This record gives sequence, structure tokens and C-alpha cells, in this order.
Amino acid sequence: MSWIPAPVSRFFHRTSSPPHFYALADRFIPWLTVIFLLLLGAGLYGGLYLAPTDYQQGDSYRIIYIHVPAAWMSLFIYVLMAVMGGIALIWRMKLAEVMLISSAPIGAGFTFVALVTGSLWGKPMWGTWWVWDARLTSELILLFLYLGVISLYGAIEEKRAAARAVSILALVGVVNIPIIHYSVQWWNTLHQGPTVSKMDKPSIHVSMLVPLLLMAAAFKFYYLIAVLQAAKLELLKRETTSQWVKTLLEKQA
Amino acid sequence: MPIIQAFWAIIRRDLLLAFRRRAEMANPLFFFVLVVTLFPLAVGAQPNLLRAMAPGVIWVSALLAALLSLDSLFRSDFDDGSLEQMLLSPHALSILVLGKIIAHWLVTGLPLLLVAPLLAVFLGLPEQAMGTLWLTLILATPLLSLIGAIGVALTVGLRRGGMLLSLLVLPLYVPVLIFASGAVDRAASGLPVGAQLNILLAMLLSALVLVPLPTAAALKMSVN
Repeated sequence: MSWIPAPVSRFFHRTSSPPHFYALADRFIPWLTVIFLLLLGAGLYGGLYLAPTDYQQGDSYRIIYIHVPAAWMSLFIYVLMAVMGGIALIWRMKLAEVMLISSAPIGAGFTFVALVTGSLWGKPMWGTWWVWDARLTSELILLFLYLGVISLYGAIEEKRAAARAVSILALVGVVNIPIIHYSVQWWNTLHQGPTVSKMDKPSIHVSMLVPLLLMAAAFKFYYLIAVLQAAKLELLKRETTSQWVKTLLEKQA
Repeated sequence: MPIIQAFWAIIRRDLLLAFRRRAEMANPLFFFVLVVTLFPLAVGAQPNLLRAMAPGVIWVSALLAALLSLDSLFRSDFDDGSLEQMLLSPHALSILVLGKIIAHWLVTGLPLLLVAPLLAVFLGLPEQAMGTLWLTLILATPLLSLIGAIGVALTVGLRRGGMLLSLLVLPLYVPVLIFASGAVDRAASGLPVGAQLNILLAMLLSALVLVPLPTAAALKMSVN
């Protein structure tokens, strides 16, 4: 890895040692929480109070401030898991395995939230809780992919082997996500087209867009906090016999 | 032994093994026919409804039959230790795995082609869709064996991997199901199906190249 500058590679190697990572996570979590709360407060204030009422959808459009960031996170986390899986398979880095496993339930949670909020929004808008529309369906399949990862990890006793299995599955899944997405889109569509990603001129007004982006950033920080907490727990579970865990427990007792 | 010979040897061996246990060979076939038979019993014997549902019913049943037969892909080799011998052999495991998948398809996927037209007649699928049904089965059943192989390789070491296998594999089958039954559906209403068949072919070719790699990696994980 000569193309990576020495300080960066040193940082990675140091961070990937469990005790160092544990301490680092402990140091970061309060700061991340503060940033998360600030972003969340600003986003909710902007979205629920400042943003104008939609002329067509009334106030029920405001659910997008939860729905859209959750849907973004659901895809983002899966891709991140595949990256972690690649790292875990190539460099056998224990920390990447831990992060991959810790991300899966959070990603599944975001997917679930996206589905539920979408359904709640669909009832007044489309007049039905569920339609077999392309994006809903691919989000549902994404949830199944997450559940597959979680239960495969749970089913294999030996945790290093389980982590490798899950890494392979995450990589296979990430290759399939675009295929599933486009095939489902071909199959049927009712969901409104993308409104934010049109780069030249988003069809959403700025006063609505800014809180949405704030919320998206807040969700990213929430994920960071949650994944660090989960990874800390997973590390403790995996390394119960090692010295640093013992000293840590003694210090806290 | 050069790799190509090892490849053929694997296929020959698996076919011979399957041929010695002919009763097992017929099981996915019976399952396929049975599931299709259940649909008229469940939704009522209305010819119009059945005709409209025929492509979907046949394809869902084929999917389930393929899923059920997947476990036999590596199970006996895992139990009797031949899988470890394959891992120890000097040849690339991915090529040997590809041989096993092809043999598995010849035994479990190909027979579906023979009964599918019969079932199509049962359900009243228009005759003009019959050729497309065959084509989609030829293109997509190998795809089911290929994609399924990854799932089996991941779960073969588990004692009760059956339910887990379906959770892992069925979401990955979704595109195959959409394009295959979509093509038959369009053919039944006299529309062109070139696009769907081309996509199925593209998926088959890329799966032939890509699938053996994760499968081999997963087998190495399962055996250790």
C-alpha cells in the first residue's frame, strides 16, 4: 500500500486495534451527539415550522423530513457495509467486520422507518397504505437483504467465519441492488420521480430543501453514534478474554 | 490433469451420481407440477383468471422448485468430504464450482423445460407464448442455479440452513422473476419480447463469469 501516505496508513492501523478504537469512539461520541442534536433541532424547526405548506399536499408532505433521509440512509448504509465487507475480506481487518455487523441492524431500522413513513404518507395521498410501486417494492426487498445479512451472521457459530460469510453476502447484495432497483422500476411505477437529485434545478423549493438536507446530515450523525455504540459492544463481546477488556472493566467497577 | 479435464470430470461425476439416484432427480419435477396444481384449487377454476395468471404461476413454481433443489448442490459433497478434496486440488475452485453448478442445472433445471409446456396447457396459456416460455426457462433456470449457488455455499455448513437459504436467495431472484414472467406475459398478449430475453441473456452471461468467485470464497469459509 505504498500509494497511501504513511501518516494515513499509520492512523488506520492504529485505529483498527480494538482498544485504541474503543477509546477513540468514547472520545468522539459526546461531540457527535452534540452535532446531531443541533442538526436535528435546526432541521425539525426548519421543516415543521419555517417551511411553507405545500399547495397540493397540505401539511402531510412534512413527513418527507423523516422519510427521505431514512430512505437515503438505507441505501447508504448497505453500500457502506459492502465497502466494509471488501476491506474485511481483503485485509482481514477485524474492525471492518465489527463495523459491518454493527451497521446491519441500523440499516434495517432505517429501511423499516422509510417503509412505515412512506405507508403513512401514502394513505392520505394515494388513498391506500400500500401499493406495489417500484420504489416501495425495492425498498422492501432491501429490507429482506438486510434481514438476510443479520440472520446469516446469527446462524454461524464461529464469529470470524460468520463475518466473512456476511462480507461475501454484502458484496453480492450490492452488485444486485441496482439490478433489482431497475428491474422493479421497469416492472411498475407510481412513485413520484426524483425531485432533489436533478442537479441543474431541483423541483423542490429552497425553503423546503434546506431542512431536508439538514435532516439528512442529522441522520448521518445519528448513524455514526449508533454504529460506534454497537461496535463498542460487539468488540467487548468478541474480546471478553483479552487484557484490555479486563482492565477496562476493572477501571469502571 | 489440465483444468478443462477436471471441469468435465466434475460434471461427469455429478451426472453419474444423480443418475444412480433417479428417484431424487424426479422430486423437483413433481414439486413443480404440484405447486402449479395448487393454484387452480386455491383461486377457483376460472379459465380467464388462470390464463392471466399463468406466466406468474409457472414462474413462481419454477423458482420454488429451483430453491428446493438447491440444497443438493453441495450437501452430499460437504457431508462425505469430497468438497475438502476439491479445495485441496491444485485447480481453481471457481472452475470446479462452475462444473458442479452446470451439472446441477442439467439434473434439476433442464427437466422443468419438459413439463412446463404441459402445465402451460393446463392453465390455458395461449400457444403463441409457448416458445417464449421455453426460451425464458432455458435462459433463466441456469441463472437460478447460479445465483442460488452463492446462497448454498454460504449456508452449507449450517445444520438447518433451509429457511435461511430462502431468505438469502429469494430477494436475489427478483430480477429473474420479473423479466422471465414479464416476457411470457407480453408474449401471451402478442407483444415483442426481445428486450426481456436480451436482459435475461445478459444476466446469465455475467452470472456465469461472476458467480463462481463468491461461491468459491463462501465454500472456503464454510469448510474451514
